[in-house]
Amino acid sequence: MSEKLYLYPQWIRVWHGINAILCLILILTGLSMQYSNPDTVVIIRFDIAVNLHNISGVMLSLSYFLFLIGNMIRPNGRHYKIVVKGFLKDLMKQFIYYAYGLFKGEKTPFPITKESKFNPLQRFTYIILMYFLVPAVILSGWVLIFPDFIQNNLFGQESIHLFDLFHLMTGFVISVFMIIHVYFCTLGKTALRNFRSIINGYHESQ
Amino acid sequence: MKEKLKTIIKMGLFLIPLLFFYLVLIAQNQEATSTFEYAEDNQQCLKCHGHTYYNYYNDWLERMIRERMNPYFIVDSAEYYEANHRNFACIDCHTSEYENFPHNGELRMEPKYACMDCHGGDDTYAKFNFEQIESEFYNSIHSSKHSDDFTCWMCHNPHSYKISARTNRHLNKTIQYDNNICLSCHADISKYQLLTTLENPNILETHSWLPNQVLHFQSVRCIECHTEINNYILVAHNVQAKDKAVQRCVECHSQNSILKETLYKYQNEGFSYSENRDRSLEIPKLIGGNRRYMLNLASVIIFILVLGGISIHAVLRIILKPR
Ligand code: HEC
Ligand code: HEC
Ligand code: HEC
Ligand code: HEC
Ligand code: HEC
Ligand code: HEC
Ligand code: HEC
Ligand code: HEM
Repeated sequence: MSEKLYLYPQWIRVWHGINAILCLILILTGLSMQYSNPDTVVIIRFDIAVNLHNISGVMLSLSYFLFLIGNMIRPNGRHYKIVVKGFLKDLMKQFIYYAYGLFKGEKTPFPITKESKFNPLQRFTYIILMYFLVPAVILSGWVLIFPDFIQNNLFGQESIHLFDLFHLMTGFVISVFMIIHVYFCTLGKTALRNFRSIINGYHESQ
Repeated sequence: MKEKLKTIIKMGLFLIPLLFFYLVLIAQNQEATSTFEYAEDNQQCLKCHGHTYYNYYNDWLERMIRERMNPYFIVDSAEYYEANHRNFACIDCHTSEYENFPHNGELRMEPKYACMDCHGGDDTYAKFNFEQIESEFYNSIHSSKHSDDFTCWMCHNPHSYKISARTNRHLNKTIQYDNNICLSCHADISKYQLLTTLENPNILETHSWLPNQVLHFQSVRCIECHTEINNYILVAHNVQAKDKAVQRCVECHSQNSILKETLYKYQNEGFSYSENRDRSLEIPKLIGGNRRYMLNLASVIIFILVLGGISIHAVLRIILKPR
């Protein structure tokens, strides 16, 4: 009945744990800065939030870099590739399953295998997230970490505000992603099973 | 032959506009100096005080002598003719005995005018509110600790002071100008020690708690943190002791930032002091201080939609649970 698949190699689990904690810190400190006011402390005191945000941002960059290398040299990278032909159809199929089929107890259209651990929707969002959004937030973050240098040497006075806006928007999208991400993880066989998987590495398929 | 002619004509075409441009420049230059009534009289002083060297005829040796001017006695004529008091003759403020050289040694004891000697009780300058400024200044740490030695001239160089906050179109230029006033002492031990024997602590070190220092000193003035806010004058003058300085980041980095009552008030539409309000584009966006309303709204709506969608999905999952 229950067959165990080893889907999440150790390095991915370690990376994911660190990444998740860092992102959480970044979101909380980011919010503290964005909504700071003189009368009350919003979540974290401003100057602490600034420092914590900077440190976590740098650490996230490092961990992201290792993730990129990992995906390049380890087989895990194959899950982050798309065959464009017919992909849109697959995407719709998965979407309809979540919106409709799931409630009727239908089987997933793309069961998890060793070769393909993500369903099309996951594949799509993870690629967008890990290859576009996260690098974008990291790069714009680095720009903001050196505002003096950037303004004076590279892009000029106004540029910093554009980077700031961009950083804010990507940060927001990533935060929204995180909420949805966590919810979708409860859609496993039981609500907690996927969380166990990302900790011990094994997926128990039906 | 023909070729040569052509090149000559070409050169002419090129040179004539250049010549014309040059003439215009000369004409303008002459205009610039000749508009000042006392320009010629002042030249009598500036021929020595405008340069790093001066010449004078030494009667004893019976020849011209060239010497170095004391750097603190140099008056930059370009700055002078842009300053508030550009229409003055040197000898309006200094005694005309200075026309003789060598200057009489006793002249150095000549009392100098104070701002209030001319500006006190004069309605022409009501908008500046000199009286308020003066009383604020007397309350300030500078005046209260150093009494008569610390005068308005210490910050307002008699030969180059030019109002900026009120008139300058560029906020960052005003910031730089105003900060340089403070730094003329706080980053220069020789002027600082005119008033005190104290060491001059390094500003960069005493403010090391402030991150992105360069950016901060370019974006805010010293007086933002060091003066008491006063809404009756445009530039607050009550510099307070260091323990009263603004240190909490959120005083500025928040939506009701104190900067709105100081630095950014110059740009406010309808601010009764401001004569120039073309600065809306230049207000910096500071973290915590610039919540963009529409974006904020959009993000809250998206957030609610996402949470709503998730809840509906979760509820349906529980209600419609198969088996
Ligand atoms: C021939 C050059 C020369 C001319 C012309 C000259 N000065 Fe001076 N001035 C000096 C020098 C040198 C000193 C510093 C030594 C001294 O005090 O004699 C000085 C000093 C001064 C001082 C500072 C005195 C002190 O010790 O505090 C003042 C004020 C001054 N000059 C004003 C004037 C004015 C006003 C004029 C024009 C009416 C003028 N000078 C013309 C050379 C000149
Ligand atoms: C609005 C009045 C005013 C005018 C106009 C003016 N001065 Fe002065 N000047 C002063 C005052 C006040 C001081 C003393 C500054 C101080 O005590 O810090 C001074 C000081 C000086 C000094 C001595 C510098 C020092 O630090 O003691 C020189 C030299 C001098 N002036 C030259 C000139 C010359 C040359 C001109 C004309 C180009 C001129 N001044 C025009 C008000 C004026
Ligand atoms: C000798 C008299 C005198 C003294 C001393 C004097 N002023 Fe003035 N000030 C004037 C006069 C006259 C004008 C108007 C000049 C003009 O319109 O060309 C003026 C103009 C100004 C202006 C307006 C400039 C503008 O563009 O509207 C300011 C600001 C000012 N002075 C500040 C000061 C300060 C600060 C001090 C002292 C540090 C001072 N003044 C000392 C006579 C003086
Ligand atoms: C510690 C330095 C300091 C001292 C001392 C000082 N000021 Fe100022 N003052 C400033 C600065 C900085 C500004 C802003 C200059 C600007 O950007 O126009 C200013 C601006 C002004 C203005 C122009 C304000 C406006 O509405 O445009 C006046 C007038 C003035 N000061 C008068 C005085 C008088 C009078 C005294 C002496 C009683 C005095 N100041 C002493 C630093 C000083
Ligand atoms: C003419 C020189 C001079 C100028 C210009 C000047 N200061 Fe000062 N300042 C001093 C001196 C001298 C002291 C030391 C006072 C003492 O403790 O005796 C001082 C002290 C201070 C202090 C510390 C007070 C404390 O509690 O120890 C502050 C803050 C300060 N200045 C701010 C400013 C600002 C802001 C400006 C510009 C608007 C400015 N200063 C311009 C000379 C100057
Ligand atoms: C962001 C607010 C802020 C700005 C901008 C700022 N200061 Fe300060 N400054 C402070 C605070 C807070 C202290 C007290 C620090 C402490 O007690 O350790 C201080 C301390 C000082 C002192 C006393 C140093 C000592 O320990 O004796 C001086 C002098 C001073 N500032 C001058 C300046 C000058 C000049 C500028 C502009 C170039 C400036 N400040 C800009 C907040 C500020
Ligand atoms: C006097 C007001 C003031 C105070 C106090 C102040 N700041 Fe700032 N801060 C500014 C301004 C103005 C800017 C520049 C905004 C711009 O032009 O981008 C800025 C910029 C910054 C930036 C750079 C943002 C970027 O684009 O990367 C950081 C980080 C920052 N402040 C942190 C702090 C911290 C931490 C504190 C408290 C220790 C603090 N600030 C206190 C006014 C202030
Ligand atoms: C999950 C990821 C992240 C989120 C949600 C996030 C969110 C935010 C938010 C909301 C702000 C406030 C911006 C403002 O109000 O102007 C901010 C600022 C900033 N962020 Fe991020 N951020 C993230 C990742 C990063 C990364 C990876 C870096 C850099 C390595 C970084 C560096 C910065 C910097 C430098 C600032 C400006 C404040 C400062 O100088 O400390 N951030 N971020």
